[in-house]
Amino acid sequence: MIPELGQFSLVLAAVLSLLLGILPLWGTYRYNTTLQALARPLALLQFILVALSFACLAYAFLNNDFSVKYVAAHSNSLLPKPYQFAAVWGGHEGSLLLWMLMLTGWAAAVALFSQSLPLVMVARVLGVLGLVTVGFMLFILFTSNPFDRLFPVPADGRDLNPLLQDPGLVIHPPMLYMGYVGMSVAFAFAIAALLSGRLDAAWARWSRPWTVIAWAFLTFGIGLGSWWAYYELGWGGWWFWDPVENASLMPWLVGTALIHSLMVTEKRGSFKAWTVLLAIAAFSLSLLGTFLVRSGVLTSVHAFATDPTRGVFILIFLAIVVGASLTLFAWRAPQVTLGGSMGLISRESFMLLNSVLLVVATGAVLLGTLYPLIIDALNLGKLSVGPPYFNLVFAPLMVPLLFILVPGTIARWREANIAEMLMELRWVAAASVVLAIGLPFLWDSWSIGSALGIFLGMWVALGSLHNMVERLRKPGRIGGSFWGQHLAHFGLAVVVLGITGVKSYEVERDVRMSLGDTVSIAPYSFRLVDMVDVNGPNYKATQAHVEVFKNDKLIDVLYPEKRRYFSSAMPMTEAAIRSSFLGDLYVSLGDPIAGDKPSWSMRFYHKPFVPWLWAGVLLMVSGGVIAALDRRYRRRNLDAQLKTVGEAMSNAA
Amino acid sequence: MNWTPRRKRFALILGGLSVLAAAAAFVLNAFQSNLVFFFTPSQVLRGEAPINKTFRIGGMVKTGSLQRDGTEVSFVVTDTAQDITVRYTGLLPDLFKEGKGVVAQGKINAQGEMMAAEVLAKHDENYMPPEAQHALDQAAKARAAQSVKP
Repeated sequence: MIPELGQFSLVLAAVLSLLLGILPLWGTYRYNTTLQALARPLALLQFILVALSFACLAYAFLNNDFSVKYVAAHSNSLLPKPYQFAAVWGGHEGSLLLWMLMLTGWAAAVALFSQSLPLVMVARVLGVLGLVTVGFMLFILFTSNPFDRLFPVPADGRDLNPLLQDPGLVIHPPMLYMGYVGMSVAFAFAIAALLSGRLDAAWARWSRPWTVIAWAFLTFGIGLGSWWAYYELGWGGWWFWDPVENASLMPWLVGTALIHSLMVTEKRGSFKAWTVLLAIAAFSLSLLGTFLVRSGVLTSVHAFATDPTRGVFILIFLAIVVGASLTLFAWRAPQVTLGGSMGLISRESFMLLNSVLLVVATGAVLLGTLYPLIIDALNLGKLSVGPPYFNLVFAPLMVPLLFILVPGTIARWREANIAEMLMELRWVAAASVVLAIGLPFLWDSWSIGSALGIFLGMWVALGSLHNMVERLRKPGRIGGSFWGQHLAHFGLAVVVLGITGVKSYEVERDVRMSLGDTVSIAPYSFRLVDMVDVNGPNYKATQAHVEVFKNDKLIDVLYPEKRRYFSSAMPMTEAAIRSSFLGDLYVSLGDPIAGDKPSWSMRFYHKPFVPWLWAGVLLMVSGGVIAALDRRYRRRNLDAQLKTVGEAMSNAA
Repeated sequence: MNWTPRRKRFALILGGLSVLAAAAAFVLNAFQSNLVFFFTPSQVLRGEAPINKTFRIGGMVKTGSLQRDGTEVSFVVTDTAQDITVRYTGLLPDLFKEGKGVVAQGKINAQGEMMAAEVLAKHDENYMPPEAQHALDQAAKARAAQSVKP
């Protein structure tokens, strides 16, 4: 009964989203404010219905209702409760329902927190979101219904993929989806602005907090995914240039360009057409990511099922979205006025360079991700593009980007004075150079790569600190967007320093270990003292006890495991990690090796600065959240003025 | 020279475009030199695979062929028609098993063995790497073609 209720409310929500996609937009066309006013209640109602549907599916999972096909395929009565709940999005159908929950949730948030926006704008934004929702509703109802029943009812479920039985999975997909789907809000604002024919500072101002918060979620989601891969896949990597990772990185890169470009549009009225294109691109790349991950053209832990109709559906949806929005763009773009003039060296020109570098980086990732798929689809052979390509391309694009970041934050709008900027940054530059040359000697190995990485990290970090100190010395209230900006930049610097540290100084040892053997990675050494069998709730494991010494003093005992889950033949490596401020010690247990005395292959890592990656990501996320919550975006009196101007202009149009 | 706004805009566009062009040239060049092609064991033995260049082979791990010496391992990859010995140092992935699909990436040495830098077996027990499946299909096709011949 409960699953049918879920199905019913999902269908009802689909009908509402269709109404939301048609009525308010029709209202803006006919200047009918009654129809426009329907947007808010419709958006809220469809969110409530999707939430109800989601709750029904969660109920089926928590009560082991294996008559529901999707539950039977992704859960098991032995699975611990928190994972039973997380299993709701452990497969294709449920994760799509989560996606819908997020999408309607964003629309509901826009409906609730848009009191300062003119009604006609709200109607357009929610209408566009409604149309996007319709597309996904059709997708879920026709190709991926999570409420399909199974007969005969199996005694128990097939269990969740052991890789996904992890706290990381509980939060990684929801955060990533919040980011992906959040880009649809930026998209909806851009399309609404195109529909109204008014691409102005007001539009950019309304769009900014939404875009920044979506970007923060996306950043957090990507960071969590990387963290999960690092400790759960068991082999110490944190970024693999896997197509699925690239699928989330591309919207992030374009989204980053978008939040910077939106700033120029708001402050100077420039880059309008470019900003709109970036918003369309960010959303299209989110859809492309969904296509890559969900269609089965890629095989990875994320590709749950290979069903060609799903891939075709998303591809058609993507074509419609891109085609329709670019057509609208081509129709409206000629009316877009140019913004204020800009100097050769100015805040604007730095922002332009930022956009160009980020978009080229996105293009490079897109090429490396899609090319093998296209060649394969055309039957021209099988090939792969590996990490060497991405590393080779990415680093040279990020170096100038990080370099221009600092002058970009201090340059004046319109026309910057180079001599003044050089003067202002001389201490920051000198300190970064000294640290870049000096710090590597602490690790006894100096390389040009590590020096460059440290220089860029320090340059950005000190540049951000410099900005904050300078601002504090001046009077006046400092807005959230100022703190957010520099906190996020500082976080980026921490990530850069972390990457430089782990890339330059990590040490790996693959060894055969018997009981009592010792392996050393100076100043640490590891001794295998015991090997025991452990029983988990739904698995059996072999667990190694490894004593860790630093300069011959015992500092910790680590317990890496090799797990075998009952419901699948699939073994799992569960690494043991000791984290500290300066780095991680990472131990994973391999297979037993036959021989006269029992021994195992094991892998030991010293991974310096890895925790800096996660810390940097958290700083960037907090920066985004603080910037989005800036009071400036919610100021009533100013918005009220914009509102009257906005309504006067839309009535005149 | 007098920087009128018009000229400035033009210079900016020109500058932007040249950065873009340089970046594109660089990306395509890096791309060209980092493509890793895939070959089946049969293709390798026919000499179609490049010498001194990294490539991938795929197929099944031949049952009974896995040998370990400390962390050095060797195994035979077969597409049921031809076999290739693969040598690898390090920990094998969790899902590596005899009789299951595998993909190895590396270079061929003078003895015709692959010195693998990477061994891939993916995240799901029922999943066959598409490259490995492709190799088996090709060998099966070749055999079928042979048996039809008089």
